[in-house]
Amino acid sequence: MTLDELARSTGEWLATGGPLSDVVISSRIRLARNVADQPFLSRASREQRTEIERTLFEAVAACNFGQSTFYIDVDKSDPLDRQLLVERHLISRQHADAEGSRGVAIASSETFALMINEEDHLRIQVMRRGLNLDEAWEETTRVDSALESLVDFAYHQRYGYLTACPTNVGTGLRVSVMLHLPALKLTGEMEKVFRAAKDMRLAVRGLFGEGTDALGDFFQVSNQVTLGENEEDILSAFKANVIPSVVKYEQEARRVLQKDQLAILDDKIWRAFGLLQNARTMSTEEALYLLSHLRMGVVLKRVQNVNLDAINELFLAIQSAHLQKRQGTKLDGEHRSILRAQLIRDCLARATTNKN
Amino acid sequence: MVCQRCKKQTATVHLTDLVKGEKREKHLCEQCAAHEGVTVKQHISINDVLNSFLMSQTGVQQLAQLKCPDCGMSFVEFRSQGLLGCPRDYDVFGEVLNGMIERAQDGHTQHAGKAPGQSKVVDPRQQKRLRLHRELREAIENEKYELAAQLRDQLAELDAQ
Repeated sequence: MTLDELARSTGEWLATGGPLSDVVISSRIRLARNVADQPFLSRASREQRTEIERTLFEAVAACNFGQSTFYIDVDKSDPLDRQLLVERHLISRQHADAEGSRGVAIASSETFALMINEEDHLRIQVMRRGLNLDEAWEETTRVDSALESLVDFAYHQRYGYLTACPTNVGTGLRVSVMLHLPALKLTGEMEKVFRAAKDMRLAVRGLFGEGTDALGDFFQVSNQVTLGENEEDILSAFKANVIPSVVKYEQEARRVLQKDQLAILDDKIWRAFGLLQNARTMSTEEALYLLSHLRMGVVLKRVQNVNLDAINELFLAIQSAHLQKRQGTKLDGEHRSILRAQLIRDCLARATTNKN
Repeated sequence: MVCQRCKKQTATVHLTDLVKGEKREKHLCEQCAAHEGVTVKQHISINDVLNSFLMSQTGVQQLAQLKCPDCGMSFVEFRSQGLLGCPRDYDVFGEVLNGMIERAQDGHTQHAGKAPGQSKVVDPRQQKRLRLHRELREAIENEKYELAAQLRDQLAELDAQ
């Protein structure tokens, strides 16, 4: 697997299907771990950083995860490659922009990615399409246990797994579910979600995590408390309460829109479709906004002849690094906008059957 | 209420001090408060409130002296960047950090989840693979290419099993 091949594929978490996939895009689990006899990264010397990377890299190479992994030395990578990894949610923006020894081991199916030397020495990230936390957790704990048999992780009798930031201490577990909530956005009811989330001590963020806007009506809901509850309890709260209630809000909003404001809803969807099929230049923001409306139209069967896979694929393919990787050359903003519009037109032409 | 110090002006500054576990209240007017070294800010940020709350708990001096003997991280430094320097900091910063954790973690201060060794993968091949990887790296670093080739074969053999 190479990054060029990666740039042309959709990635597990954005693929179509999976439980509740009309609203839930993907499930992600992250565990934070640190090597026991080393300082955290804010206090690690250049040499210690390199040693930590080597220890973890060798442990990863020695483990049998049931599928092959490939390792990317992020420190030595081209900025465009780093950007590509950020766009695919395989590494964080912070990891891409940091300095010193660091890397990421990626499962060839992209179901997990192990960030080495991000904020903590190790961040295990596991992704699944739709709402599928059981399978994601099963893989997370399998990877964690395999690595733990080779590396001692910093652990405290009282506080559990120790992390550089005390807000991650204990389980080191962050559960994130990515939701597509266009109807709640249109009906102005996102406040409902924010309020419910706050009551349950959850954070709601945009598409690319902390500090990003909710581009394309994608929202990420994640737990904030990592200490004092065990992993299964944190996960079951998501499965039993959090996600079903948000999904219900969104489905209700979609139902109301179809019942009371069908013309307005259809107008949004078909305008988006029209622009996407005809525009000659397009920014990432506009494309995400329009693709979000088209996705809603396809899910609600207001648009019947467009393949949902193609739309999901576009959410990644239109992003800057993906465009440039595909083209095989660096491009300025204006050329990217032209290429983006062309890619969308071509892709939708291929994905549309003549039935409407 | 009249200021306790000058007994003339109206008390607008109300302080509660904990001295040796005993609560002591003070009611002062603004001038007397300033005289006693209490500054009254017009706009107080939440951060300042939290900071002053933390400081009042243990005493500024004591906190300023907290420093990890392992990594050299001081409490003041940790407060400004939000990241700890090493595992030992969790003990060095003791009760103050515990209070912060309690607030950030919805009142929890005791881990209740997975612990190391609970679900260890017993795979002796994995241990062997790690050892071989290490030896291989050392062999290459020391330019012992013959040995490296042997180790690589052993690794391939192990993977094929």
